[in-house]
Amino acid sequence: MDLYSLSLKDIAQKIKSKQVTIKEVLDSVYSRIDEKEEVLGAYVTLTKEAAYKKGEELQKKLDAGEAIGALGGVPIAIKDNICTDGVKTTCASRMLEDFVPIYNATVVDRLEKQGAIILGKTNMDEFAMGSSTETSYIKKTKNAWNTEHVPGGSSGGSAVAVSADMAYAALGSDTGGSIRQPASYCSVVGLKPTYGLVSRYGLIAYASSLDQIGTFAKNVEDTALMLNVIAGHDKKDTTSACIKEKDYTKALLNDIKNKRIGVPDAFVKDGINEEVKQAYDNGIKTLEDLGAKIVHIDLDYAKYSLATYYIIATAEASSNLGRYDGIRYGHRSEDFEDLIDLYKNSRTEGFGEEVKRRIMLGTYVLSSGYYDAYYKRAQCVRTLIIEDFKKAFEKCDAIVIPTAPHTAFKFGEKSTNPLEMYLEDIYTVPVNIAGLPGISIPAGFDSKGMPIGIQFISNYFTEENLLQIAYTFEQNTEFNNIKPNI
Amino acid sequence: MDILMREDYEVVIGLEVHAELSTKTKIYCNCTTQFGADPNTHCCPICTGMPGTLPVLNEKVVEYAIKMGLATNCEIAKFSKQDRKNYFYPDLPKAYQVSQYDLPLCEHGYIDIVSDIENKKRIGITRIHIEEDAGKLIHDAFTGDTLVDMNRCAVPLIEIVSEPDIRSAKEAVNYMQTLKSILEYLEICDCKMQEGSLRCDVNLSVRKKGSTEFGTRTETKNLNSFKAIERAIEFETNRQIEEIENGGTIIQETRRFDDAKGIGYAMRSKEDAHDYRYFPEPDLAPIVMSEEYIQNLRDNLPEMPHIKKDRYIKDYELSEYDADQLTASKYTANFFEKATAFCNNPKTVANWIMSDFAKMLNESEIEIQESKVTEENLASLIKLIDSGKISSAIAKKVFSEMFNTGEDANKIVEQKGLIQISDEGAIKEIVSKVIEANPKSVSDYHAGKDKALGFLVGQIMKETKGKANPQIVNKLLIELLNS
Repeated sequence: MDLYSLSLKDIAQKIKSKQVTIKEVLDSVYSRIDEKEEVLGAYVTLTKEAAYKKGEELQKKLDAGEAIGALGGVPIAIKDNICTDGVKTTCASRMLEDFVPIYNATVVDRLEKQGAIILGKTNMDEFAMGSSTETSYIKKTKNAWNTEHVPGGSSGGSAVAVSADMAYAALGSDTGGSIRQPASYCSVVGLKPTYGLVSRYGLIAYASSLDQIGTFAKNVEDTALMLNVIAGHDKKDTTSACIKEKDYTKALLNDIKNKRIGVPDAFVKDGINEEVKQAYDNGIKTLEDLGAKIVHIDLDYAKYSLATYYIIATAEASSNLGRYDGIRYGHRSEDFEDLIDLYKNSRTEGFGEEVKRRIMLGTYVLSSGYYDAYYKRAQCVRTLIIEDFKKAFEKCDAIVIPTAPHTAFKFGEKSTNPLEMYLEDIYTVPVNIAGLPGISIPAGFDSKGMPIGIQFISNYFTEENLLQIAYTFEQNTEFNNIKPNI
Repeated sequence: MDILMREDYEVVIGLEVHAELSTKTKIYCNCTTQFGADPNTHCCPICTGMPGTLPVLNEKVVEYAIKMGLATNCEIAKFSKQDRKNYFYPDLPKAYQVSQYDLPLCEHGYIDIVSDIENKKRIGITRIHIEEDAGKLIHDAFTGDTLVDMNRCAVPLIEIVSEPDIRSAKEAVNYMQTLKSILEYLEICDCKMQEGSLRCDVNLSVRKKGSTEFGTRTETKNLNSFKAIERAIEFETNRQIEEIENGGTIIQETRRFDDAKGIGYAMRSKEDAHDYRYFPEPDLAPIVMSEEYIQNLRDNLPEMPHIKKDRYIKDYELSEYDADQLTASKYTANFFEKATAFCNNPKTVANWIMSDFAKMLNESEIEIQESKVTEENLASLIKLIDSGKISSAIAKKVFSEMFNTGEDANKIVEQKGLIQISDEGAIKEIVSKVIEANPKSVSDYHAGKDKALGFLVGQIMKETKGKANPQIVNKLLIELLNS
């Protein structure tokens, strides 16, 4: 077995027990990347030189008998909207094509402190706006299960990197499903933690009240190991919660007997592909067979989640993206006569269609005379959706729901119809609206062999519960062991 | 303009005052707020709004703003939030200013001011909120480039919005002076108007006297001296009245005032006004305060100028005018109290501060706290007068020396031998000598010419180099002339 195909946990153990050197691990992963990157296009930037240098340092420490951290020597990938000191952070946008931050995101600091080695920065939808990674200005990322299909998005590059063994794990960001949906499309485990569990400092903002950094991993155990490192209060982010740091691997019990699992029947009735629905129903059956109690719940307002999302997210985005004006950094048009021209032309050239669409939408819903009808109303509905979940969690310990209504679609299939593209997030968006934790894990394949994911949602800061259910499901199904033939 | 026409109108003014808070660090990061550094040396990724960075609210800013609210009789919100005000400008690196929109920290307050129209005037404070300052654009006349200095970005400000209760330029200036005095007493703003740390926007409209409806208002932005406020108001009042009298209408617009030329200009009309698209700042949690926190600040407020004034009238038996003058500045009041504690003669201390001292401060354009004269030195000087050791005339000379050198009064008097002669025997000798030497003046005096007496006193003072105790000189001179 090649080193690159091992799990994060196994490679970390092999490094620590000196069965392999960090250089051997890096050689294995980088040669895998060299082999597959041209076809798959997962990475925007590779940081090979720095990775080997870091690897050498860590190896010296290890050989000297020093501790190298929980992820010592393990190569991982970072989505390109998470700032890395001295390494380009582009958001897959022409606007930030050459932007090099002089600071690290808190999560990057935390990973490096635990000895993780950064392989590179992964491709994404421009500014995390999209569900297929097709809006990237930089390159096309292809699904490892079928390269004619999209990997999902916006964290498509991270999902592909992990699914094709081009990284042991990866960081992504999830504003409306951007971790869970590509995880589902690529048959990997994608976790979006509770809003506030992981610091957002250094995550280039799309929609601040919804954005959350999370993980892609090959299995639930690796997910817990990653969460151990990135979760925790950060005084640089006042929206980060003061929660005691935990060892999430302790939650990995193969047991869900008597767990009450909520099924929102009415919400999962329409607009879903039959094969996906079948896999979902099979999933519920599996849970029941494992001793879980299935309870039926109502999420009456969940159907308004998408509408709510596209008002709140775009409103915040229109403000967050105002700073890209060509004055201090980022793309500046060469063609301008005055200040207004400079703004207009730099932004017109620097942003892609989807970004511009969302900025315009957000500007509109915040504009004087429309604020009450849109933004304020959306905030009211947001409260109703939160109440919905509160009520649901009185009846159940976790909710099970499909991750996406379809499997990965072909390039161009939905990119001309934004509304259809938006519908791919119907099952993931409510989680962001409410700020809850959600996880997508492999749950089947359609007749064309494209992966199907299943999603669990749990109450605020109950990631342990979420991981336990996901772990049990994973341990008792085979989907996770099937790899793409690339 | 026709004076009569002017008198038909009433001017209605509201002020929006911006005060930079004197916290050590900026509102959302640890950069220093110090003024005057080289461009772009007091900034970091957070205050320059670099991608991915997040703000963390400086709690001192909230504390200072609440102190101002308490000192101006505001209600303090226990739940408050911050909002984004979105607009594009090169000095605003995030393309939004974090401010407060519908839930400000303080609301519904008032202060009392001295007015030229009525005896005492109460001006309503609509609200006080916190916000961040913007950077500065520097135009390079040589290259024609415009450069951005971000040192001032995210320096904390409070905006104090008044009700439209002000009715004259003088009232506006007095209101501003009263706010300045309160800010100084609270030690929350250095109030250096020339550096822009205290500045205001004037909202102004005119209406026919007796009318209850407001006219259309204009807003003149960014006035940073009392003189500019007064002149801008006079200019805008006259402009609006003339416009109306000539059959025109007032357009709601933003204006600026060129202080050097004394002329106001329109900047942009309402149609061109920004739509700021305010919405709650999602990167910052709401500000929630306990009653205990507010009460603790209330209990620890320093004595405010108007309270101090009443106390001066009562405890030191000063006139209302004197008490007002002394308490207008915290520094003056502190000086007065300390000097009085040393010499126990409040009236004389007050007189010195308001006359000779004030005159010399004015001439050298410095503030009392910057003067070389210490409270103890002034008190020593007054003690020398009170004990009869020097005359008032000599004291003025001594003070001038003190002001220039910072030397102690006793030392100056000693070194220059200025101790007053109060020995009757010694003075009597000189008086006799002068009478003998000036027979003409003596006969003039006896002929009823009072001027002669003054001349003789002058001669005696000359003989003693001004050191003779004038009361004793007078007494002895009359005694000897009449004997």
